[in-house]
Amino acid sequence: MQDRSETASANDRRLPATVGLALAVDAVELRFGGIRALRGVSFSAEPGRITAVIGPNGAGKTSVFNTISGFYKPASGRVMLGGVDITRLPIHARAARGLARTFQNIALFHGLSVLENIKLGGHHTMRAGLLSAMAYSPWARREELALRAEVERKVIDFLEIDHIRHLPVGVLPYGLQKRVELARALAMQPQVLLLDEPVAGMNREETEDMARFILDVQEEWGVTVLLVEHDMGMVMDISSKVVVLNFGEVIASGTPDEVRKHPGVIQAYLGAESGVPA
Amino acid sequence: MRTGIFHETFKSDERMWAVPAVRLWLLIGALVLFTMPLWSGDYLLAMACIVGIHIVATLGLNITTGNAGLISLSHGAFLGVGCYTVAWLGHRGVPFYLTLPAAGLSTACLGVIVGLPSLRVKGVYLAIATLAAHFILTFVFREWVSVTGGVPGTTIPRATLGDFVFVGDRRNFYLIYGCAVILAIAARNLARTYIGRAFVAVRDRDISAEILGVDLLRTKLQAFAVGAFYAGVAGGLLGYFYGAITPEYFVLTLSVFYLAAVIVGGLGTVLGSILGAAFMTFVPEALRLLVNASAHWFPGVAGLLLPMGQAVFGLLIIVFLVCEPHGLSAIWARVRRVIHLWPFRT
Repeated sequence: MQDRSETASANDRRLPATVGLALAVDAVELRFGGIRALRGVSFSAEPGRITAVIGPNGAGKTSVFNTISGFYKPASGRVMLGGVDITRLPIHARAARGLARTFQNIALFHGLSVLENIKLGGHHTMRAGLLSAMAYSPWARREELALRAEVERKVIDFLEIDHIRHLPVGVLPYGLQKRVELARALAMQPQVLLLDEPVAGMNREETEDMARFILDVQEEWGVTVLLVEHDMGMVMDISSKVVVLNFGEVIASGTPDEVRKHPGVIQAYLGAESGVPA
Repeated sequence: MRTGIFHETFKSDERMWAVPAVRLWLLIGALVLFTMPLWSGDYLLAMACIVGIHIVATLGLNITTGNAGLISLSHGAFLGVGCYTVAWLGHRGVPFYLTLPAAGLSTACLGVIVGLPSLRVKGVYLAIATLAAHFILTFVFREWVSVTGGVPGTTIPRATLGDFVFVGDRRNFYLIYGCAVILAIAARNLARTYIGRAFVAVRDRDISAEILGVDLLRTKLQAFAVGAFYAGVAGGLLGYFYGAITPEYFVLTLSVFYLAAVIVGGLGTVLGSILGAAFMTFVPEALRLLVNASAHWFPGVAGLLLPMGQAVFGLLIIVFLVCEPHGLSAIWARVRRVIHLWPFRT
């Protein structure tokens, strides 16, 4: 992670045959009472690439995420997913459009096992009716078994969590819980994946594992990844584009190298023009 | 954890009773249950019928409250709706195999309406909203004389199947437990499909459930509708069992009784509903018998002993909840684990 010589290659990284949708935030204004949390924020995440949003505490990173997810309705501006305006779409309807996300403080369902948590990612694909489910009709069974096979093959093997699939999520260590949450998001078969601080609170080893998984997701699935993260080492290593927020405004965006040398960024992070944000 | 069980396909892993030993025990249990009218006394049989009705109602509340986390205090009144539906249809000659589903459906529709506040309020606030629904419903039971017979009550024609009349505890036993078994299996099925998972997701973290594409409105109303359906069927069975009913039966205490049964039994499990309903019916009864028996030895204080029995019952519930907040089903799970591991210990 310390070796920065790799950074330049992040942009040239080969894209898979099919890539996810583009996500664009267009002049989004968000106000809480008199506070302007987001002041005309615009940026885009390119299809099939990893884009990072960074910024000091309170810069509005999570507000951006919550606006994209639909928890906050912006006063003006638009959120575009694959060229379609989703600003007014209900939160749950965005899942079917291919928008998935994980949370900063893990939001797993503690009453369910790992497998059941992950299966919930496939919720928006399920069609069986209430009566059909209560009777466990052949149709409902086929659907459930297909979902099981799908998440086992695509997600559980991929993230190497097959040994814990039947455990309740509450007993897992922090790093694994984060991984299960990523698994649940992947089970949604997303076009765009929002990761809110995927490695916060992790040790070096767990961080490297998670970085590897995120890269694999991007390379093998072609998912468009947008992440918020404080771990600058990881951000600079895996992102092909970095967007810097400060006080609700985009102050810089570009490749990791461009952003690192940007005077405004250095100013925001260190308060003086000295060295590299790390 | 039980060892030595290996599944080779997802299909076998997803089965409801995936372990052979469990299937054997269930078979034995079913045999004991369905021969019960042949060997048990009248008293025990009557108790068993009441427990059966309570099991059906508790299964329903356990879906609404245990799985989906929506506290409902109108469950007792829902039984009334089912009961009066059966009475009204029964008087018009509709057979029981249509009246019972109809009772369930009409109550489910009402459950959706009562559940509407759950979209805006949670927890204790929802309990108060459903409490209001309870009082409105019981008011209707007393005043809508043409359907409910008002305060004096109404009769319910016996269930008949051809020439076979479900009269007496023995025959009603099979009607009640036939429904209970079907509905218990349906509850288990629901829990292992995406709808059941969505219920728990809404209970545990509604925000992240919504992100996953769970429509909160739809899911919460589904949970209310399913719970009310069970209550409606239980109410119908109650009507067929007693043959006559007055609005007095559907007091608030009944709703609290079911809530207690869910909590004592274990939130969100079918086994918990069964154990909770049995516990809440049998234990006060056992205490009452104990008190009656001991009245011989303490003739002077017999009047005091009866309320003492209730106090002991209350204390028992508290002790249970303190020792095992997850209810009787969790105690059973622990016992099972110890047996499986014997002679080793966890």
